[in-house]
Amino acid sequence: MSVLVVTEHLQGTVRDVTRELVTAGRPLGPVAVAVIARDPGPLAAAVDVEGVEEIVTVAAGADEFEGDTYQQALEALIESRRPRVVLLGFTVNAMSYAAAVAAKLGLGYASDVHGVALEGDAVIATRSFYAGKVSAELEFPGAETVLLLLRPTTWPPAEGTGGAAVSSLAVEVAPPRARHVEFTEPAATGDVDITQADVLLSIGRGIGDADAIAQFEGLAAKMGATLSVSRPIVDAGWMPASRQVGQSGKTVKPKVYLAFGISGAVQHLAGMKASGTIVAVNTDPEASIFGVAHYGAVVDLFDVAEELEKLY
Amino acid sequence: MRTVVCIKQVRTLGDEVEFTDDGRDVDPDYVDLALNEWDSFATEEALQLKERLGGEVVVVTCGPEESEAALRRCLAMGADRAVRIEGVAAHDPIGVAHALAEVVRDEEPDLVLCGVQSSDSVQAATGTALAELVELPRVAVVTRLEPGDGKATAHRELEGGLVDVVEVDLPAVLTTQTGINQPRYANLRAIKQAEQVEITVRQAASAPAASRVRRMFVPPRGEGAEMLGTDPGEVARRIADLVKERTA
Ligand SMILES: Cc1cc2nc3c(=O)[nH]c(=O)nc-3n(C[C@H](O)[C@H](O)[C@H](O)COP(=O)(O)OP(=O)(O)OC[C@H]3O[C@@H](n4cnc5c(N)ncnc54)[C@H](O)[C@@H]3O)c2cc1C
Ligand SMILES: Nc1ncnc2c1ncn2[C@@H]1O[C@H](COP(=O)(O)O)[C@@H](O)[C@H]1O
Repeated sequence: MSVLVVTEHLQGTVRDVTRELVTAGRPLGPVAVAVIARDPGPLAAAVDVEGVEEIVTVAAGADEFEGDTYQQALEALIESRRPRVVLLGFTVNAMSYAAAVAAKLGLGYASDVHGVALEGDAVIATRSFYAGKVSAELEFPGAETVLLLLRPTTWPPAEGTGGAAVSSLAVEVAPPRARHVEFTEPAATGDVDITQADVLLSIGRGIGDADAIAQFEGLAAKMGATLSVSRPIVDAGWMPASRQVGQSGKTVKPKVYLAFGISGAVQHLAGMKASGTIVAVNTDPEASIFGVAHYGAVVDLFDVAEELEKLY
Repeated sequence: MRTVVCIKQVRTLGDEVEFTDDGRDVDPDYVDLALNEWDSFATEEALQLKERLGGEVVVVTCGPEESEAALRRCLAMGADRAVRIEGVAAHDPIGVAHALAEVVRDEEPDLVLCGVQSSDSVQAATGTALAELVELPRVAVVTRLEPGDGKATAHRELEGGLVDVVEVDLPAVLTTQTGINQPRYANLRAIKQAEQVEITVRQAASAPAASRVRRMFVPPRGEGAEMLGTDPGEVARRIADLVKERTA
């Protein structure tokens, strides 16, 4: 029962999720970590953490991620090592090639997995459906290898040093059909830095329409809080991206996070679940946000806002 | 430019859940249905390309007859044709991709668009698997698309909002992210007209399953949140106190 973890790296740095995958993989069997990069050497040193038995480098492709290169490298790794379980982070990069590998090789597959277990020889993955309101156990009948994309920040990252043996696998890769050109940062708008705020008043799609923005900006100012938002508010063009909390926005850790009309999608939670005190106001008693909130109220956010106005 | 857009009718749950007798899914009597949010952005993107470059937009879904409502919504937005595929197991994105691949092969499109994810499954896998099965290049999580001669420039949005600008050979499969455009609303007349459009129905060939749901359940919430009651005045007071206490 062997486990293969694929390293995720960006601009020369191994991302935290890789060490989380090592922690998740250890109970399943001996863990090997693959490093796919033009120059994998320096990255291999960074994944030599406790619990890693072996590191396999594949020197291929460009410095930065390209899905076709990763696909060909991972297919070669799977064919040569025949792991029982392959673990990747549920990240934008993994979304770009993992399912292609599974479709091609006929692997078992699941994304956004937040629990993995072995029952005898069978791999059982736990994940959520229906906006996090329901969990499910998945089985993978007949699959020799199961490829799982694990939800980031679910397992603690492996620490320490491992002293793993390092080997390399030679893989010929064809030129990629989708090629990295450059990175661009989201435009800085000179707006406030929400990561520095002690108190965030955070509003989501529950506010209904653009007219409510001014009201909540006013309320936040009165309360000494900073206004932040979920993604749909930015998508609609009502607030700049610099105010967005979550996976594709900012990771925040204020003393108090007030979530008004935010359902608690996994990508939103990724950006705020480490906040000191989380208070959720939502008319849906089953909203996922109540799963991470310390305090909650099932009540109309506008009614609470009106009462707050009176108190400040 | 012929664009195939893969769309899904998603299920949303209210505050009550019941499971089917075999325990492998929720009882359909307890769900609401809607066009997947990501797929309305994908459809809009295809329509804007058609407006600029000419061509046609074909929307495809795998699902039971009731999922035709989602197809008709896209037809009302301006899609030209709609195809529904029957007989595909829900919840297995790779099985769905096998079924979609049959239609994509027949349509020979210049571009295929999917959403990044379906809101009820969050696999973010169908488009990427589909691309492999029809042997096309792919780019996932696209926030901007600029087609050129034989290739396109796409913005791939990474964690933290960092954008990876990529050049991709066409035809290709792209998965579009929310915010790439502002999806249009269909007017009443278009909605009425869409009711009349004939939807092509096909049967899926059998495909291998990459996963199967063994059991669904309501997750234990642990301690859960301490509830502050339902009186807005009291809730506001407690919030004000918490803010004061925790920032002291
Ligand atoms: C790759 C990727 C990256 C993403 N990155 C991010 C990110 O960085 N940040 C982010 O936020 N999302 C992100 N998302 C989107 C995410 O999946 C959700 O779509 C989004 O978080 C939903 O925002 P919401 O909670 O405001 O809206 P909804 O999910 O629509 O929730 C609205 C909530 O408001 C409640 N409500 C409605 N009316 C009222 C009322 N009057 N009073 C009280 N409550 C009310 C409803 O019950 C509901 O729970 C990302 C998605 C993908 C695929
Ligand atoms: N049943 C389906 N029929 C058609 N397209 C689908 C279906 N399921 C998923 N898709 C497409 O795949 C995307 C990602 O869905 P998923 O992989 O389930 O998260 C969706 O946005 C759709 O474009």
